[in-house]
Amino acid sequence: MKSLILSVASRALMPTLLIVSFYVLWRGHNEPGGGFIGGLVAVLGLVIMSKAEGVRAARDFLRIEPLSLAAIGLGCSVVSGVWGYIVYGTVLKGVWPFITVAADGSKSGLPVGSIFLFDLGVYLVVIGGVLGMLFAMEEVVAPEPDEDETRDGGAG
Amino acid sequence: MLVAFPILTALGTAVFCFLMRDQRQGQMLASLGGALIQVALAVALLWTVTTSGPLSAQMGGWPAPFGITLVADTLSALLVLSTAIVLLCVVIFSLSEIEREQERLGYQALVHALVAGVMGAFLTGDIFNLYVWFEVLLISSFGLLVIGGGKAQLDGAVKYVGLNLIATLAFLTGVGLLYGATGTLNMADLNQAVSGRMTETAILASAGFLLFAYGAKSALFPVYFWLPASYHTPAAATSALFAALLTKVGVYSILRVFTLVFETDGTPLAPVLIVAGAITAVVGVLGAVTHREIRRILSYNIISSIGLLIMAIGIDTPLAITAAIFYLVHNMLVKAALFLHAGLVLKIKGSEEFDKVGGIYEQAPWIAVLFLVPALSLAGIPPLSGFWGKFLILRATIDLPSLALTVLVLVVSLLTIYSVARIWLEIFWKSDERGEGCAPAPALMVAPIVLLTILTVGIGLYPDLLYSWSDSAAAGIADPSTYISAVMEDPS
Repeated sequence: MKSLILSVASRALMPTLLIVSFYVLWRGHNEPGGGFIGGLVAVLGLVIMSKAEGVRAARDFLRIEPLSLAAIGLGCSVVSGVWGYIVYGTVLKGVWPFITVAADGSKSGLPVGSIFLFDLGVYLVVIGGVLGMLFAMEEVVAPEPDEDETRDGGAG
Repeated sequence: MLVAFPILTALGTAVFCFLMRDQRQGQMLASLGGALIQVALAVALLWTVTTSGPLSAQMGGWPAPFGITLVADTLSALLVLSTAIVLLCVVIFSLSEIEREQERLGYQALVHALVAGVMGAFLTGDIFNLYVWFEVLLISSFGLLVIGGGKAQLDGAVKYVGLNLIATLAFLTGVGLLYGATGTLNMADLNQAVSGRMTETAILASAGFLLFAYGAKSALFPVYFWLPASYHTPAAATSALFAALLTKVGVYSILRVFTLVFETDGTPLAPVLIVAGAITAVVGVLGAVTHREIRRILSYNIISSIGLLIMAIGIDTPLAITAAIFYLVHNMLVKAALFLHAGLVLKIKGSEEFDKVGGIYEQAPWIAVLFLVPALSLAGIPPLSGFWGKFLILRATIDLPSLALTVLVLVVSLLTIYSVARIWLEIFWKSDERGEGCAPAPALMVAPIVLLTILTVGIGLYPDLLYSWSDSAAAGIADPSTYISAVMEDPS
């Protein structure tokens, strides 16, 4: 059963939640937040969409199999660990390719580096893992809506 | 940094295998390549550790006890090597056994994720990270248990999940109490912080929670029932992986935490370990002589050998610890071989129950001999590796004031011989009344069993090498000063 109110509300909620999730991921480096919480917020957005439009629509929006997304995320985190090893000889040490340190010790540049890559990996693992489980359960518990409709139509 | 690579390799291989799960060839190559790299890394690690002492690494460069510490002493390196060998054998076997559908669901990726958890647990120097690695291996093992799930598999998985979740909660509670009492979670640092405080309630309670948690993970009496309920249900490659690795991680944790962190002398912990171990050994072997299915019998044999191991850890003399480590490594290899062989029997005869199978000795004598060698090793017949393991444990019990444990070890050994002899008689020796032949044995299934059998014969004929490693690992446990200085005074 589709709810019109939920469907309309989800069109505003879903993008908002995705933007908030990315903001939470971004600020997580020095403040409360980070990949794990950000990932959960993004999952919320996609869950609302799957409730309003069906699991098929949420899967189509994601474009990529959720568990593959989790694997890619794990890959990002592993790469970030190895990156530190390649540059400094210490696994998981932070690497800041866009930051330059001036002679007086002040730093300038874009604070994006291996630590953000690690957090992004966590973000993707959480989204992929949680959605993979939720979608799988949803598809077992609730039958595919479009199949039901065609069967009903054929009988009528 | 060599210490970090077994974990990174396992995680990286899992990612590759999962992303290539639709291409059979690619997935097989990635999984096999990952397993081979693990063996090479483990050999390098053991070589480094035995020649130049414990090796440690601080992740992210934050010094201990604040950062995440990985550390390998001889014990860890030895177990990492055994894990890598078992992984290689299981991967080769699974290439032939695991069906396309299960592979497509990410079977190989889960195997490597499980191994990442096991490697992490063996290599971490931090008790909270030990908890994290337990979670990693637990989640992967849930996945492996239910993959391709039939009803029996789900039933086994529910019991497994249930008890393991409770154990995990107890683990976390114990870690929390320990942190509250000492303010540190680094195991080398805890050694100093807990020293002389074993009478405090918080420390003792924490030790109790952790003992329960590790006991449940290693299938110690009275929390062993999840193991025989779940180990015979999944694919044979999966159950071989579980049999060789999961309970052994629990035993390793007891061995590590109850020597490095807690002092067992003069506390109720030592008698608890000995009694629980002794009961587990007896209960396990009694289960093994009553069942009529290969993997069920072997599951109970796991429980009984876990009992002997924990008992040896409880005795806590240098010889007993050496014996426990030697027996632990032997047991990992032999259990993997036997569980894989059960899968081979299942493949060529379509069943592994006594009432449905027979006559393999007539039809395929080499397959039967291939079972006999690791089975005799498990039973402790010279000159195989099991003989030396049992012999060392027996020798350690003779030094005790009472001979009760010596008698117990002998009785348990005798019943173990009886339990594997039953498998031999019923599955291999008995003539095949149903008159069905054997399906041909796939080479990919035979090869890993041959490899593990050669290892158990090799250790049996030349036990000095493994004995010297076990001895140096036991020395590192008796005197943890080199371990502690490797962690706390890391130059990098």
